[in-house]
Amino acid sequence: MTYVGLAAIGAGLAVLGAGLGIGMIGGRAMEGIARQPEAGGDIRTTMIIAAALVEGAALFAIVVALLGVLK
Amino acid sequence: MLFCSTLTFADKSYAQKTKTPLNHTQNYNKTAQPSLIAQNERIKVDKNSRGVNIKQTRTSNEPNATVNKAVKNNSKAHSSTHAADKGYGNNEHGGEEKFDIKGLIFGHIMDSHDFHLWGDLAVPLPCILYDKQNGLSVFMSSKFDHGHVDYKGYHYDHGALSRPDGLKYWDFSITKNVFAMLLVATLLSILFLSVAKAYRRREGQAPKGVQAFIEPLFMFIRDDIAKENIGEKKYEKFVPYLVAIFFFILGLNLFGLIPIFPGSANVTGNIAVTLVLALITAIVVNASGTKDYWGHLINMPGVPGFVKIVLTPIELLGALIIKPASLMIRLFANITAGHIIILSLVSLIFMFSSDANGVAGKSFGGGLVGSALAVPFVLFMNAIELFVSFLQAYIFTTLSALYIGQAVEEHEHH
Repeated sequence: MTYVGLAAIGAGLAVLGAGLGIGMIGGRAMEGIARQPEAGGDIRTTMIIAAALVEGAALFAIVVALLGVLK
Repeated sequence: MLFCSTLTFADKSYAQKTKTPLNHTQNYNKTAQPSLIAQNERIKVDKNSRGVNIKQTRTSNEPNATVNKAVKNNSKAHSSTHAADKGYGNNEHGGEEKFDIKGLIFGHIMDSHDFHLWGDLAVPLPCILYDKQNGLSVFMSSKFDHGHVDYKGYHYDHGALSRPDGLKYWDFSITKNVFAMLLVATLLSILFLSVAKAYRRREGQAPKGVQAFIEPLFMFIRDDIAKENIGEKKYEKFVPYLVAIFFFILGLNLFGLIPIFPGSANVTGNIAVTLVLALITAIVVNASGTKDYWGHLINMPGVPGFVKIVLTPIELLGALIIKPASLMIRLFANITAGHIIILSLVSLIFMFSSDANGVAGKSFGGGLVGSALAVPFVLFMNAIELFVSFLQAYIFTTLSALYIGQAVEEHEHH
């Protein structure tokens, strides 16, 4: 396999992880808002922060994949 | 869609150089051409089985030919939109240029010393260079004539400056990114100074005009980001920094989405810029850390000794390196990924409109089809990138406030 192929597979796996993680966060946030609509604003804010943290981790992997493509 | 189709034809510079060496007979008839041979050049002629010349390769006998070749070979890594095409899809070597998507994308993502507008047109920017031999040189990047001419020993190749003779130099030039940062900083200063003046003049009255636009954003940052994360007592000191960070990142993100002159610089997608922003946040967070904060990092109470040996390096690494690094990478990768996707979708139009050789702009029907496919996607991606600009500015600010809050937090001692 070439570096580009492996890098692409790595990036795909990273996106898989990000999609799963952020999907779960979104799902639990929706359940929380459904249970207690008054807490909607707080839950939304926390959801966005948690999603950004998970996405940050996935983007680490994307950057490494980009390095693999460029080398 | 009309705009995209006209782009396909108007912007020949997006068609790229072929990677073959000087090859005048590529598209002409296959007999030997009476081409101009300089005194110091050698011609190597390849003949096919019928004895017809199929390829003439010129090599130069000049002493610095190897240097020029080395420089030209380095340019392969950097090939990007080359603004020096004289004429409609023809390069100066007489052949036609293929469409180089990687060069186009990297040319737009990376920094450069001029703003490329369209075709041959570019807005030059000042180059400010210092080296030990020649002292300070200040000149406009138009002196390089789009990379054809070396000036004062400096070579300019598709946005990257270099020095073939290897002398070390300091580069203080106003590049695209520097220009965009200065522009955004100036605009933000004008905006906020005028809003402050309006507040002073209209004391006690309802806000009007630009004030009414800025006030909700400012209140949002002050109340929902700073006060909530840092706490009632200490948040005021940090609000200026958080507001500055938010609007600076937002402004730079938005300017990066504009495709033409004042805006086409990919600043927040440059890892050096985000590195500095994250570094400043790290300095603010750690400099305002209380004794409790450092105590908890280095000497976490309530934890047995053998766990502390493992925990302390992890906590220190986390607070000083990993959290700022994650801020840096998050902003950089989000913005750069968005730009790459948009550029790839626009390049789809060029690829659809290219003929069998890969030269862009040859097929009108293909261009139409490409536009029909690409334009909705590009619009959609631009809308997402608009949302991402706001979101990433908000996330950077919120996480900075969170880290500051953790640093200045007062614990009740058990």
